[in-house]
Amino acid sequence: MVAKPHGGRLVRLVSSEKTKERILSEQNEYPRMEVPEDIAVDLENIAWGVYSPLRGPHNSEELSSILDTMRLPDDTPWTIPILLPKFEGDFSEGDAVLLTHKGRIVARITVEEIYDFDRKEIAQKVFRTTDPKHPGVKRLFERPGIYVSGDILLIEELPNPFANYTLKPHETRVLFKEKGWKTIVGFQTRNVPHLGHEYVQKSALTFVDGLLISPVLGKKKPGDYRDEVILKAYQTLFEHYYPKNTAVLSFLRYPMRYAGPREAVHHAIMRKNLGCTHFAVGRDHAGVGNYYRPYDAHEIFNEFPDLGITPLFFREFFYCKKCGGIVNEKICPHGEEHRVRFSGTKIREMIRRGEKPPEFFLRSEVFDVVKSFENPFVEVEE
Amino acid sequence: MADDKKYTTVSIPKPLYDKIKELIKDTGFTSVSDYVTYVLREIIASIEEEEKEEVFSKEEEEKIKARLRALGYID
Ligand SMILES: [Zn+2]
Repeated sequence: MVAKPHGGRLVRLVSSEKTKERILSEQNEYPRMEVPEDIAVDLENIAWGVYSPLRGPHNSEELSSILDTMRLPDDTPWTIPILLPKFEGDFSEGDAVLLTHKGRIVARITVEEIYDFDRKEIAQKVFRTTDPKHPGVKRLFERPGIYVSGDILLIEELPNPFANYTLKPHETRVLFKEKGWKTIVGFQTRNVPHLGHEYVQKSALTFVDGLLISPVLGKKKPGDYRDEVILKAYQTLFEHYYPKNTAVLSFLRYPMRYAGPREAVHHAIMRKNLGCTHFAVGRDHAGVGNYYRPYDAHEIFNEFPDLGITPLFFREFFYCKKCGGIVNEKICPHGEEHRVRFSGTKIREMIRRGEKPPEFFLRSEVFDVVKSFENPFVEVEE
Repeated sequence: MADDKKYTTVSIPKPLYDKIKELIKDTGFTSVSDYVTYVLREIIASIEEEEKEEVFSKEEEEKIKARLRALGYID
């Protein structure tokens, strides 16, 4: 049986065609607030149950509880506050407000509470730092410290060029059932797979029925792989190196916070809602810079015996010349001089120079895919 | 955490308390309360796990399957 949704029920807050038409026809009667893309994506995730049991952005009681205990007031594990800052607009508690992005009506919120909160406290507790250079902290500080909570209803989704490869929780759940998978491991990524990734996935696959590759669609930095490159690379890898019916890929649209350990737990919760029973947690998962120790994201899971999804902790894989294969610290006794570490940066540099990385770094089929794109990398901030 | 309404007291037999206290020495648990909370959460989660999962209506499930088939996810 696939994992039960977090908090027990899969949330669905998506308007029917009829309701949507009615709301759109009455739209001038509602106050409006324009929200940035990452918040619009959060709203979609709430509506489709990716953030179950959430029904809307958090209120002050929930926020305090999450910051202090990493749990919702009803004891359900929850580590990342989902917040809706009050950017603009003349509305108050009890009002229904239309939330727009670039003028498009994304959702309606029935405002439950409007409250002030100390952003420094949020930063310190969620990100373990108040350094404005941290991308998550920066975003938090750039925005108002007044927040809006309340149940939402999704009116219209944002355009998604990968809509056909972005399955919703109710779809992945049916998919896993159809595949006959009872245990599924989720693997989060933003990269073209090298052999280190493949070994993590396959080690996990040894113990479960299926693998969900769950690449995050979202803002990219220059030098990141384009999403279509990641998709094509995995399709090729599945075709040549995975037994049939053991692996699927579905994107997840999600704005990264880079909150390290707390975010690793959130990543696991989202995959649980997609139906995964296991989740692969790597080195410095969801980290950035040097804000977190490499295995902080492993330790935090000790706090959650009731998470309802089993974390699988992976150390780094590397190539050992003496072992003659891809191994990790737990199974290779040899010294650093025999080891060749996988480095995404190094592989990217080689690709840029048109050099073929060694076969134990990157499958040649995958290399061919990457090479077939005129520019596989993002050039400017998107 | 200053808000003491967030915690309440339950009673357990003194010998059990002493046993747990002994047991958690040199572990990551800092108090008997910590340990008992952990164990109870674990048990409750495993009970909830066994409850029946909600299912989709036949009609909705067929619709989802048709879409998955059209997208090439299933044969
Ligand atoms: Zn070795």
